[in-house]
Amino acid sequence: MLEIKDLHVEVEGEGIEILKGVNLTINKGEIHAIMGPNGSGKSTLAKVVAGHPEYEVTKGDIIYNGESILELDPDERSHAGLFLAFQYPVEVPGVTNNTLLRESYNTIAASRGREELDPLEFDDYIREKLDLVEMNPDFLERSVNTGFSGGEKKRNEIFQMAVLEPALALLDETDSGLDIDALRIVADGINKLHHEDNSVVLITHYQRLLNYIVPDHVHVMIGGKVVKSGGKELALELEEKGYDWLESLATVNGEAK
Amino acid sequence: MSETKALETMIGEEYKYGFTTDVEYEDFPKGINEDVVRLISEKKDEPEWMTEFRLKAYRRWVEMEEPSWFNATYTKPKFDKLQYYSAPKNKPKLNSLDEVDPNIRETYEKLGIPLEEQKMLAGVAVDAVFDSVSIFTTFKEKLAEAGVIFCSISEAIQEHPELVKKYMGSVVPANDNFYAALNSAVFSDGSFCYVPKDTICPMELSTYFRINNMNSGQFERTLIIAEENSHVSYLEGCTAPMYDENQLHAAVVELVAMDNAEIKYSTIQNWYSGDEDGKGGIFNFVTKRGACRGDNSKISWTQLETGSAVTLKYPSVILQGDNSVGEFYSVAVTNKRQQADTGTKMIHLGKNTKSTIISKGISAGKSDNSYRGEVKISKKADNARNYSQCDSMLIGQTCGAHTFPYIESANPTGKIEHEATTSRVGEDQIFYLQQRGLSEDDAISLIVNGFCKEVLKELPMEFAVEANKLLGIKLEGSVG
Repeated sequence: MLEIKDLHVEVEGEGIEILKGVNLTINKGEIHAIMGPNGSGKSTLAKVVAGHPEYEVTKGDIIYNGESILELDPDERSHAGLFLAFQYPVEVPGVTNNTLLRESYNTIAASRGREELDPLEFDDYIREKLDLVEMNPDFLERSVNTGFSGGEKKRNEIFQMAVLEPALALLDETDSGLDIDALRIVADGINKLHHEDNSVVLITHYQRLLNYIVPDHVHVMIGGKVVKSGGKELALELEEKGYDWLESLATVNGEAK
Repeated sequence: MSETKALETMIGEEYKYGFTTDVEYEDFPKGINEDVVRLISEKKDEPEWMTEFRLKAYRRWVEMEEPSWFNATYTKPKFDKLQYYSAPKNKPKLNSLDEVDPNIRETYEKLGIPLEEQKMLAGVAVDAVFDSVSIFTTFKEKLAEAGVIFCSISEAIQEHPELVKKYMGSVVPANDNFYAALNSAVFSDGSFCYVPKDTICPMELSTYFRINNMNSGQFERTLIIAEENSHVSYLEGCTAPMYDENQLHAAVVELVAMDNAEIKYSTIQNWYSGDEDGKGGIFNFVTKRGACRGDNSKISWTQLETGSAVTLKYPSVILQGDNSVGEFYSVAVTNKRQQADTGTKMIHLGKNTKSTIISKGISAGKSDNSYRGEVKISKKADNARNYSQCDSMLIGQTCGAHTFPYIESANPTGKIEHEATTSRVGEDQIFYLQQRGLSEDDAISLIVNGFCKEVLKELPMEFAVEANKLLGIKLEGSVG
């Protein structure tokens, strides 16, 4: 479903390389966890896959459903089924959640030749999804992320994912800043949304999220590279040992991280 | 910047109203002097008192200096080169629509303002002003049944001189300011509306202003009077062809609200704004003021200012009556080289008077957008309250936004609140919305729409449609 090949990325115009040859393959139906210390390039990787204009791919490729998506705009990638749950969801004052989601849903539906929903049909549809993240319907009429608590913003991301039903969801530190109850709600939501035809990539610092969502594969990123991959037990090992023991792997090729 | 480009395609998209209509004009000398003023009055067959009003204003104007205190720079109009009266030759003293010059009729069709009543939006009466002359007023008879007078100001001077004499210049005196004085001397036409006591005006009233002639200024004059317990909503729309030369538009609008009366005045201003380099476009220098003369009266200004090369405009309310209410809701969008210095004045004179100011400025391109507002609470205005909120939004790196609030209170019981914010439409905001499937244009549109929401919802529904088209904004939710 997603194949990242030797991906090198710089911040546009600054010439600083952040990703230094990432390789990653994600198949349909799989859950992957990407872990690693601060500044290892995890969030950058997620943003680059989603097409953030701040980054420039200098080498390598991102193949999605068999085709390179490097030339696609962020909205085109979204239409193709890619979803990014933001680490820092953006506030859009004056635009209600309901408005944004209806516009998103219908834009994506139109691009895929599916039927658009009128406001009433959409209202029925969206209310079912609220339950997934245990949110109050009032929430629909609030401005997108405006004045939301950290936890509400994260839940909102998962709620959006529920509404848009992406084929591949990249969840960028969706667990950070959540208390234990909110973490359980978010994790339950993700589990319910995951099925054999879609894939989920969890980017996280902490093993605790993986107590709720069991990944098929765990990858460790350090210094702009995936330095180790393994099964769910790798996360436990990291919890125990920290990242230090893997640091040497990042410099194995003589490159500083 | 890519977001700037997107905005340009959105707001600055090719000006659709820039065409010229081929019309034969009456000959009229250029420049201004007492003879010209007299000639205008003569052309319009005006009574002596009106001619005197004009001459007095002209004499004051000659002594006045053109103001320069605002935040805009431009080449001052050449007053001796302007044509102060411009009327199509087919003298439109009309009884039926058939007599309107077909070219002019077609112009309004092209602008989406058909003058045939059956084709019009239900519930909106239109006075169409072409250059200096009112061309046609629709639904006059239906309004007359309700007792509402809606006609051109020229006609009102002939048919209702006692009303015009009583109220014209009573809110904006002829010597109020440079451009108001000029207007008082040479005003050509405009709309007049009188709503009698205990009357709710049965439909929206609207004037559509069109400047066509290249060398003419447009000086229209609008007067709206709402007697006790009456209510009227009035809409105003403006467009002009694209010329390389600047054209002057100096209007005066006066509103009078008596006890318990309410006037709602909405504007969508889309004069030609000039090209990328700031060449051409309208100078929009207008004086708009309402007087809440009666107790419990209310005057509400809503404006969506998107056009003009330079805009200087401060629709104001004088809150004389006790418990009277003044409101100002504004969205001003500037792009390219446009300059807008706009805002309001709320003058609290009566007790328990209340005013609200919500101003949203959006700047893009190389434009400059200023909010200038004054709130004044006089000594006798016990318990007066004002709430002001001025928000600016910047798109791109080359535009400017400024806020100049002036606050003056002579009464210790007065309460004035002022809030101001400045934000920038950021790459992250656009990326977020694009990630959710929206195109870059739609993303900006949605952000701008959200930003202006509090103001847009004040527009009457018939205008909301036009506002929507104009801003390229998809209005949220289902209207109605």
